[in-house]
Amino acid sequence: MKFAILVFPGSGCDVDMHHAINEVLGEKAEYVWHTEAELENFDAVLIPGGASYGDYLRPGALAKGSPAIESLKAFVASGKPVLGVGNGFQILTEIHILPGALLQNKELKFKSGIAKLTVDNANSIFTSGYKEGEVISIPFAHQYGNYYVDEKTVEELKLNNQIVFTYADSNDSGSTAKIAGVLNEQGNVLGVMPLPERAVEEILGSTDGLQLFKSILKRWSENNVSNA
Amino acid sequence: MMKVNVYVTLRESVVDPQGTAAKEALQNMGYAEVGNVRIGKLIELEIDSTTKDIDARVKEMCDKLLVNRVIEDYRYEIEED
Repeated sequence: MKFAILVFPGSGCDVDMHHAINEVLGEKAEYVWHTEAELENFDAVLIPGGASYGDYLRPGALAKGSPAIESLKAFVASGKPVLGVGNGFQILTEIHILPGALLQNKELKFKSGIAKLTVDNANSIFTSGYKEGEVISIPFAHQYGNYYVDEKTVEELKLNNQIVFTYADSNDSGSTAKIAGVLNEQGNVLGVMPLPERAVEEILGSTDGLQLFKSILKRWSENNVSNA
Repeated sequence: MMKVNVYVTLRESVVDPQGTAAKEALQNMGYAEVGNVRIGKLIELEIDSTTKDIDARVKEMCDKLLVNRVIEDYRYEIEED
């Protein structure tokens, strides 16, 4: 399976993502620089964390001016999976592929640590390897991790099963409805603030993030068998 | 060149912890008359004076990039010189 890692100036977790796919998952990931964003030959797109464009204006906002956005939108429309973590999630909300927005943490400070996440939807492309209700440990590191959606949208997200991960214990960032990860309506785009690519080997303290990438691979393998 | 000032604030429905903290500080300093405080930002745009339909252009810039309408509101004024 071929993964594209979409890299913007200021992306910081692209190497972690590359390592998780190539060395741990055992599949192929390539860096794709945002100005040469030919994505259609890939099976999935990963938008890594970091601080694209220095987080100027609002985190993720200035990526809107990149030529990658049109090809990313076309890729999303094709139904293939797109995962945005951290700043990648912020970018996906800024370009309105995902609902809501990421505000500063309620204490207006950068926070990092290990988040306990509840898997609220284990039927998505990204989470079929987890059990519904399972609590997993995933590192987080963000200042703009406070997911905001209005009350009406929260209800819609619940009805459509778009809320995939919620904070199980402390919701330090202050996210609406404790949301840590959310799908688009079609279910092929996931944004998550904690960083699953940092939890893929025992030496990192948790392997709970690996299942997310395995789930994407599993769905792709199933589709490819049925198409063969 | 014309100058356009765009004022951006968090929407009323969005909690503004900076504003709340500043309000409390002001009240502690004896400014009991202060009700709500909202903290936002000012974006100054210099725009070619020959631009046609400047209102539509500025609104477009705000909606497409400068302001995230999910969490922010804005207003702007055009300074003529």
